[in-house]
Amino acid sequence: MSATVAAAFLRPDDWWTIATAAVCSVACAIPGCFLVLRRQSLLGDAISHAILPGLAGAFLLTGSRDPWWMLLGAGAVGLATAALSGVLHRRGRVPPDAAMGVVFSVFFALGVVLISLAAARVDLDPGCVLYGTLEIVAFDTLSVAGVEVPRVLVTLSVVLLVNAALVAAFFKELKVASFDPALATAMGFSAGLIHYALMTATAATAVVSFEAVGSVLVVAMLVAPGATAHLLTDRLGRLVAIACLSAGLSAFVGYLVALGLNTSVAGSVATIAGGQFLLAVLLAPRHGVGARAVARRLLSLRIDREDVLGTLYRRHESGAASGAELAWAIPDPRRAARAVRALRRRGLLERADPLRLTPAGLDAARGVVRTHRLWETFLSRELGLPLDHLHEASHRAEHFISPEIQRRLSADSPDTDPHGKRIPPREG
Amino acid sequence: MWDDVVRLLTLQDANTRVVLIGAGLLGLAAGVVGSFAVLRRRALVGDAVAHAALPGIGLAFFVVGERDFGAFLLGALVMGAACAGLISLVRAYTRVKEDAAIAVAVGGFFGLGIVLSRLAQNSPEGNKAGLDGFIYGKAASMIASDARLIAWVAGGALLGVALLYKELKVLSFDRDFAQAQGWPTLALDLLVMGLICVVTVAGLPAVGIVLIVALLVIPPAAARFWTDRLGTMLVLAGAIGLGAGVLGTAVSATAPVPAGMLSRGWPTGPAIVLCAGAAFLASLLAAPRRGVVAGALRRVGLRRRIQLQNLLRAMHEAAEGSPGALFEPGVELMLERGWSPSRVRAVVRRARRAGLVEPPGADDPGRGPLRLTEAGARAAASVVRAHRQWELFLIEHADIAPDHVDRDADQIEHVLPPDLLRTLEERLAASGRATVPVSPHPLPKPAPGAGGTP
Repeated sequence: MSATVAAAFLRPDDWWTIATAAVCSVACAIPGCFLVLRRQSLLGDAISHAILPGLAGAFLLTGSRDPWWMLLGAGAVGLATAALSGVLHRRGRVPPDAAMGVVFSVFFALGVVLISLAAARVDLDPGCVLYGTLEIVAFDTLSVAGVEVPRVLVTLSVVLLVNAALVAAFFKELKVASFDPALATAMGFSAGLIHYALMTATAATAVVSFEAVGSVLVVAMLVAPGATAHLLTDRLGRLVAIACLSAGLSAFVGYLVALGLNTSVAGSVATIAGGQFLLAVLLAPRHGVGARAVARRLLSLRIDREDVLGTLYRRHESGAASGAELAWAIPDPRRAARAVRALRRRGLLERADPLRLTPAGLDAARGVVRTHRLWETFLSRELGLPLDHLHEASHRAEHFISPEIQRRLSADSPDTDPHGKRIPPREG
Repeated sequence: MWDDVVRLLTLQDANTRVVLIGAGLLGLAAGVVGSFAVLRRRALVGDAVAHAALPGIGLAFFVVGERDFGAFLLGALVMGAACAGLISLVRAYTRVKEDAAIAVAVGGFFGLGIVLSRLAQNSPEGNKAGLDGFIYGKAASMIASDARLIAWVAGGALLGVALLYKELKVLSFDRDFAQAQGWPTLALDLLVMGLICVVTVAGLPAVGIVLIVALLVIPPAAARFWTDRLGTMLVLAGAIGLGAGVLGTAVSATAPVPAGMLSRGWPTGPAIVLCAGAAFLASLLAAPRRGVVAGALRRVGLRRRIQLQNLLRAMHEAAEGSPGALFEPGVELMLERGWSPSRVRAVVRRARRAGLVEPPGADDPGRGPLRLTEAGARAAASVVRAHRQWELFLIEHADIAPDHVDRDADQIEHVLPPDLLRTLEERLAASGRATVPVSPHPLPKPAPGAGGTP
């Protein structure tokens, strides 16, 4: 179902739901970026699990379903989870992930017990806590400036604004504390304070969001957009922006999918968020698996081409005419043939057999061999490597020497390499 | 109630017997397999695998078209393994760290699972395919075939661990060494992951998706407090898991239900987890070396020893300045070390009880002047010797100015190991100064009003 067609069929209630899902996702994504960068993503996981006992505990203590008490209880238990796992890690020397696993699973078990105790008196559906109630937000409204707005949307918007304001106000501090906590402390703002501020923001956001997206799905919205953005950019500002965009997009697309399949909105939004992360893992332009595979492939093609050039230059040098060295330089005949084809396309090899370099090819090949022999000279003179260790090392390194390094290597180089072969000059 | 307990423990009730054995074996297997997860810092991979099981179960439902337990477990296993594989892939080939990968997998797969389970409910034949039961688990409804499956899985996991014990041990503590030995570390890693997947999936029906990770993490984390040896840790973790499984089942089956609550009785899965949590708490507090209480006692003991030694050294140095004078601990130590009056009183009290200092009069409350007893003088001399030996060492070998060494030596003199002191002593003897060396820097002037002639 294409987005424009879908948009034509959406009713106002649908738009309110989409807005709620989007605001919730973006509100979660903002602190989530820093959780990802600070390698504390699992704290988001732990905090969102801890919501259940907080709710049940608050209900059993106060006996009311007043949302404020519920929020307070859930927030308190969420913060306690973060603090307790920290204490277990530092005082008890439990590995950090195991500490979180211990704390949140015990809390969650406690929550299930409490909720079964409470279930006899009130309808506190564990399913609701997990899945959220996005489908029916449009029925519980508040009047804001004469417009009927879903109540959850109002609270989520407040959280979103607070999160955005906090990040904007303390952007520099967050940046330093995320990438270099020691520097942050040396600069006079406490990394610990920022840690607890971030935990508080995460807990508050998770607690307010659980009503809409459900407690376990909060973790997807906390971490997935930040992790996706982390694959797409190297700059913190852009990372936050991309994360917000990704979060909003997954809310919109997720809603359409849920509408089309008639299934859980929260589940579908989380699935889309996870899918976006998977896409980024595969396709991100610089840090993705695909891009890196392509880069490796291009590199190996270039190395093959340069090896062919080097071999042909050496043959040209010695005046021999046989083609056997090529098989020696690149044992795989298909790779060798591919390299030869590519060189012919670039006009570096003549199109006739036997293989012969064109004038342009001769220049390029001279450069490869020159780098090789300069590096051999350097290895021999500066590092004192024995003669029979030079070729292999240089054969590998010749493809990676930048023009700048080559210039410096040639600054006071002799005319011949350590084997006595002539180092070809830059110009033929 | 006691009748219930007796019936339970003598395994008379067939249903409870099945649940008891199943939960116990599950705890045992999870504890042993989870130990490797905890040691390899992979504790929460089990959580992601468990959450990924839900979409696996949903897919299996759509493929098979009915509630088929075996197909569900197979689907869960396939999806769980795919999830573990994806996490490894992301960790190995991208800049995203493992924690973020796990968190995204937990959320994303669970979201997919909820989408599928809602679809299953919508489908005509689906009608509550029983998928929800997997989320919270239903240990109490375990039947003999479930327990048999758990027994097979537990047996297989234990056998695997026993056969590959040495390899897994090296892998857990020094992966690079294992690699250098030419062992297939990747295959071993995958084996550990596979074991985690299998145990997780086998435990899902009983404990549920959210809580199964507790059985993988809590018993090993508790066992780690008691030992530094892998073999002992495995046995302990298995025992704690077994105990938690049995005890949790027993408690939830027999504990009295508050009137008017819990129409379906105490939930078994959470009871098992809470029992494991209690074992963890007990270990955290009471373990002899790594426990919190033992650690706190050790710290208090060290702090007291340091305070006592500081008192002794202060008295020794005051006596060097003006021999025969009485020492006013309150004035001296409060001024020099910033101690509060109550701390000075406490330290002096402990020193008197140890027979190291005494008031000049017969029965003094300890606020007044003091002098060293014979034993105290010996102890003070050895403290001062350690202090000055270290000062001399710093001056000679670390090239630190004499007026800067006092502080450094002050911090370390209490913890210098005896053989190091002996070495320093031998050097000192070799240079002809066998007794307490003279301080290499001027000592602080006695505080006004203190240490004067009586």
